[in-house]
Amino acid sequence: MHSTESLFPRIQQASDHSFVVFLGEGISRLHHRNVVRLFRLLQLQPNRATRNLHPAFSSLLVSFDPLLTHPNDFRTYLHELVERADSVEISPPRVVEVPVCYDRSLGQDLEFVAHHNGLTVEDVVRYHCSVEYLVYFIGFSPGFPYLGELPDKLHSPRLPSPRLSVPAGSVAIGGGQTGIYSVPSPGGWRIIGRTPMKLFNLDRDPPSVLEMGDLVRFKPITLAEYQKR
Amino acid sequence: MARFCSLSVLSPGFLSTVQDLGRFHCAHWGISPAGAADPVALRLGNSLLGNAPGATAVEMTLIGGMFRFEADLSIALAGSDFGPTLDDTAIPTWQTLFVRSGQVLRCGPTRSGARCYLCVDGGISVPPVLSSSSTHVLNSLGGIGGRPLVVGDVLACSPHHILPYADPLAVREPALYSLYHSNVIRVTPGVQGDLFSPDTWELFSSSSYVVKEESNRMGLRLSGHSLGYRTTKEMTTEGASLGAVQVPPDGQPIVLFVEHPTTGGYPKIASVISADTHRLGQCRPRDTISFQLVTHEEAFFLLSRQERLLAPDQCLRSTL
Repeated sequence: MHSTESLFPRIQQASDHSFVVFLGEGISRLHHRNVVRLFRLLQLQPNRATRNLHPAFSSLLVSFDPLLTHPNDFRTYLHELVERADSVEISPPRVVEVPVCYDRSLGQDLEFVAHHNGLTVEDVVRYHCSVEYLVYFIGFSPGFPYLGELPDKLHSPRLPSPRLSVPAGSVAIGGGQTGIYSVPSPGGWRIIGRTPMKLFNLDRDPPSVLEMGDLVRFKPITLAEYQKR
Repeated sequence: MARFCSLSVLSPGFLSTVQDLGRFHCAHWGISPAGAADPVALRLGNSLLGNAPGATAVEMTLIGGMFRFEADLSIALAGSDFGPTLDDTAIPTWQTLFVRSGQVLRCGPTRSGARCYLCVDGGISVPPVLSSSSTHVLNSLGGIGGRPLVVGDVLACSPHHILPYADPLAVREPALYSLYHSNVIRVTPGVQGDLFSPDTWELFSSSSYVVKEESNRMGLRLSGHSLGYRTTKEMTTEGASLGAVQVPPDGQPIVLFVEHPTTGGYPKIASVISADTHRLGQCRPRDTISFQLVTHEEAFFLLSRQERLLAPDQCLRSTL
C-alpha cells in the first residue's frame, strides 16, 4: 500500500494478543477505503490464529491467539497482507434507505439539537435526511453504524453523562457524528428519532443489516406510519 | 454414551450466567467475545471432568446460587470458595465430585475472589448463538435467553459417565498458588502509551488501584492516582480488545473486560497480558490491584509457561 505519507501504513503491537494497523490519521473516505480493502483481504486470507477483526475509521485492530501463531509470525502475516491490500477490489456500495420517525416522543433531544443550532425541528429533519451517509464501520455495540458526514448545521455535544438505556432503533447525533443504536444500550448521544427497522437480527446471516461501506439515506415517516410497522 | 440430565435453578445468586470460552469472529458486527470472566478456572473445572476445555458451565458471581440435580452426575466447582454444600454437607472446590439425583448444591457469599464455575460432566447443553453458548449480559445475547439465570430455569446436560469417575481428580495447590496468589497485574505498553509522561508511567506502575462497585463484565473501573495526558485533539475511535487499560478525561483507568465495547475513543496507556486476564475475573469491588510493566517477550514467555502448567499432568492429581 503506497501512500504519500511515509508514516502509514503502520503496524503497532496493541497487546500480547493484538496488533493495530493504522492506514492514516483522522477520518477520511480515502482511509476508509484502505480499511475496507485490508478487512476484505483478512477475511479472504485468514490466519488460523485470528480471533477478531475490529475495523474503525482509519485503523484495523486484529486480535489473535498467540499460542496458535507466535506474535512475530502474526506480524509477518499482517505485513504481507498490508503490502497487498492495494490490489483488493471494493464492490460498489449498497444504498440502504432507513425510515425514521422524527417525532418528539421518539427523539427526546430533537428540540435540544434544533435549539443548539438555531434551527427549527423541521430544519433538523430536513438536514438530517439531505445527505447520503457512509457506514464507516460497525462498532461499540451490536449493529451500531458509525455514519458520516453529518452536516455541520447539526453538530451537537454529547450528553454530560450517558443514559443507562437507549431504546433499539434510536437515531442519534454525537458531536460531528450520527449513528443508530441497533440494540438497547447505554448511550451518550442526542436522540432525534427512531427507526422501526430491525438493524440487528440474530436470525439473519449476517446479523447486522448494515455493513461497513454501505450508504445510508434517512427517510422521514409519520408517527402513524411508524406505529403500523 | 450420552444420556439426558438436568439441573434446576432454585436460586440464581447475585449473577449467574452460562459461559464457555467466548464468541469470536463477531467484533466487526460490534459483538465482543463475552465468555468466562476467569477462563483459567473454567478450563481447570472442565479438565477435572475430562471435558473439552471450553465446555459450557455456570459462572457464579460474588454470591452463588442453589441448584438441584435431577440425575446422578459428576461435577466440579472451580474458582473462588463460595462455601459450597451438598445437602448441607460442606464439599471441596477444585475437585471431581459425584452427586445423586435430588441432591441440592448451595453456594453462598464468596470467601475469596469474585467468581466460581459449576462445571458438569459433558458441559451444560445450550443452543449456540453465532457458534458460542456464552451469555453476553450487556447485549442480551446468547446463553439462556441472553440473560442471567432465574429461579425455575432448567439446565440440560448430556453426561458421558453414569458412575462416579474411576479416578477422581483435584487441582494441585502449588498450581493454584501460582495462578492466583498475586494481585500484581502485568501489562505491556498500550497503543497511546506515548501520550503519558514518564512521571505518569511511574505513578501508574507504582501505586495501587481500588476496584470500584460499578465494575462489571464490561470493564473494571479503578480508583486511584489520576493519570493525566496531553492531547492536542480528540482521539479517533479505534478497535478495542480485552485487557486494554483506557483512561477517560477524569484520569481514572478502566480495564476493558470480556464484554468490552468493540471500539473506543479513550487513550489506552497499557494492556493486561493474556497470562493475567483471568485474575481480573476474580477481582471483587474494594479489592486492590497494582500494575507492573513487562516487555512483549516476557508476556509471551509468561503465557507459554502458564499454558504448560495447565496441562492435566502438571496441575491435576488423583484424590484416591
